[in-house]
Amino acid sequence: MTKSQKIDIGKICISAVLYIIGFITGNLWFFIAAYAVAGYETIFESVMGVVHLQLLDENFLMTIASIGAIYCGEYPEAVAVMLFYQVGEFFENYAVNNSRKSIADLMNIKADFANKLIGGEEVRVEPEELVTGDIILIRPGERIPVDGIVTEGSSSLDTAALTGESVPRDVEAGNEIISGTINLTGVLKVRVTKPYEDSTVAKVLDLVENAGSRKAHVEKFITKFAHYYTPIVVGAAVILAIVPPIILGWSQFNDWLYRAMIFLVISCPCALVISVPLSLFAGVGSASRQGILVKGSNYLEALAKVDTFAFDKTGTLTTGRFAVTSILPEAGLSEEDFLRMAAACESLSNHPIAASIAACFDARTKESAAESACAPSDEVTDYEEISGKGIKCIYNGKQVYFGNARLMSDVGASYKEPSATGSVVYGADDSGYLGCIVVADQIRENCAKTLAELKTLGVKREIMLTGDRKEIAASIASEAGVTDVLAELLPEQKVEALENVLAPSDGGQEKTGRLVFVGDGINDAPVLARADVGIAMGAFGSDAAVEAADVVIMTDDISRLTAVMKIAKKTMRICKQNVVFALGVKFAVLILGAIGLATMWEAVFADVGVAMIAILNSMRALKL
Amino acid sequence: MKKTYKMENLDCANCAAKMENAIGKIDGVNECSISFMAQKMTLDADETKFDDILDSAQKAVKKVDRDCKIIR
Repeated sequence: MTKSQKIDIGKICISAVLYIIGFITGNLWFFIAAYAVAGYETIFESVMGVVHLQLLDENFLMTIASIGAIYCGEYPEAVAVMLFYQVGEFFENYAVNNSRKSIADLMNIKADFANKLIGGEEVRVEPEELVTGDIILIRPGERIPVDGIVTEGSSSLDTAALTGESVPRDVEAGNEIISGTINLTGVLKVRVTKPYEDSTVAKVLDLVENAGSRKAHVEKFITKFAHYYTPIVVGAAVILAIVPPIILGWSQFNDWLYRAMIFLVISCPCALVISVPLSLFAGVGSASRQGILVKGSNYLEALAKVDTFAFDKTGTLTTGRFAVTSILPEAGLSEEDFLRMAAACESLSNHPIAASIAACFDARTKESAAESACAPSDEVTDYEEISGKGIKCIYNGKQVYFGNARLMSDVGASYKEPSATGSVVYGADDSGYLGCIVVADQIRENCAKTLAELKTLGVKREIMLTGDRKEIAASIASEAGVTDVLAELLPEQKVEALENVLAPSDGGQEKTGRLVFVGDGINDAPVLARADVGIAMGAFGSDAAVEAADVVIMTDDISRLTAVMKIAKKTMRICKQNVVFALGVKFAVLILGAIGLATMWEAVFADVGVAMIAILNSMRALKL
Repeated sequence: MKKTYKMENLDCANCAAKMENAIGKIDGVNECSISFMAQKMTLDADETKFDDILDSAQKAVKKVDRDCKIIR
């Protein structure tokens, strides 16, 4: 607790004690003392406020309300107004600081120092002092200060603070590592690839801190509402104090003044104005704790209303890494020989499909420890890439071709289309067709489960967008559980195709739900722009994705989509609960007060009590 | 030009709203957003008058809450 907070508590306690003594003894002076202790600062501030023409300042309104109560002879209630106002202020202050601190703790991912190696000697420096190319040493237990590549050593990293993943990530020489994670087991020598301000840690901190600047609609509504609410209620108070006495006689003035003072006490919309940003801030904080960076509270609000999800296929619903699913050589050729030939030829290509064939061969030879598995690329000469079709080369003296169906027609090989779905690499030599290898993109592990969960959260349509063939798209679609498939799309066609699917068929239905697009963000700019919320997945180190998206999920785990939807819905539910509750109680007490059925005590509750309840409710969002 | 500033002693959400409103009315300001929770102000204003606008903003802030300050 800060010094000023301690003084406030002291003030409240002393005033409360004096107040209670006042009740026990009935001595007026105790009430006056209690009032003075509780209210001196408020009264001072209200005088300063008047000087600066800030008449609708809550200090001023509370002062007037309590003076009005004193005038009416209601001394205990006058003190109550001041005292409980102080309690309310303290509580608000405490809650806000608490939330700020807990979010700050979550975001304590910045390293305090870095061990720079200069000529073999260790020098402790600030993370900001490091430049690209520096070599740093990271010991077990230390936090990684900037992004880099491991040059020596191997270890496990705790990435929980950034990704929410509880399983540590193993790294060794040659692996890229991300700042903000904790080195667990081994000493690592790392070459810096990005200075601090470009490193992941700085970007994440920046994003979370600035999420509050993009305001949600409910926040804007509250601000506007508060802007009009206070003057209207104060105006009503003035009218209530003057008009009925004029009509009904001035002998009733005290009664009506008292009621007007009740209005003044309730005229401050503090509960609402604090609880809404508080819950949104807490929601964004909870999301970052699970490795989901939301760039603005408005996106959290939009996510709560989502009814349509659009997914990019490759890399989002699928892992983006191809794997060999079947090897179908022609008669007379063994699987191993065919695979070896394919791997040898394809190992010189950069295409991801080629890489998967080579990887399959590597994996198999490791398994069987076959002696015949020696550097296959040695047997390949005259390698040539034929763009759009495949490759050709000389393997063990023979001219061979590996590629798609078009290449096969070109060389006159009568290929056989396999029944398995996937990308097919056909092989042929001058004597004819040799066989084919089917390679497929793997669907993500919890993809189907996630899509089913999203449907239970109110998502009515799940649309898959891809440039891939219809058959491949359809098979992934049925396994994943998407509702609509849009395949064979060129990048430019994606937005139009999406629009066509979204347009209501009966023409009369208004779209109230929001559209989310999930992709890797890099080349999906038009679709991201069309979507209400753009989500980029697995953004470790991908600057383009972080820039383009509204929400960044730091891991490859597609189930985080469910997590962020739940957080968004719960946060918005808390906001709505607070708004309805606070407004409901305030209006009820206003009406009861106007007709004389409420006292200052109810007014104090409607102000301070409601504020405290709303704030406590908002803090639930921290626990999501 | 858009710039973000940290604020000190911003304790009341209502005050933040009033400040946002007041600063938004300053000549040359396109948009002002104050995040009460993060204690940050984002100011989008005319580049040529930026320093003057910042002075006016500071005055507006002080009017609403005497202790509150924009950290430049």
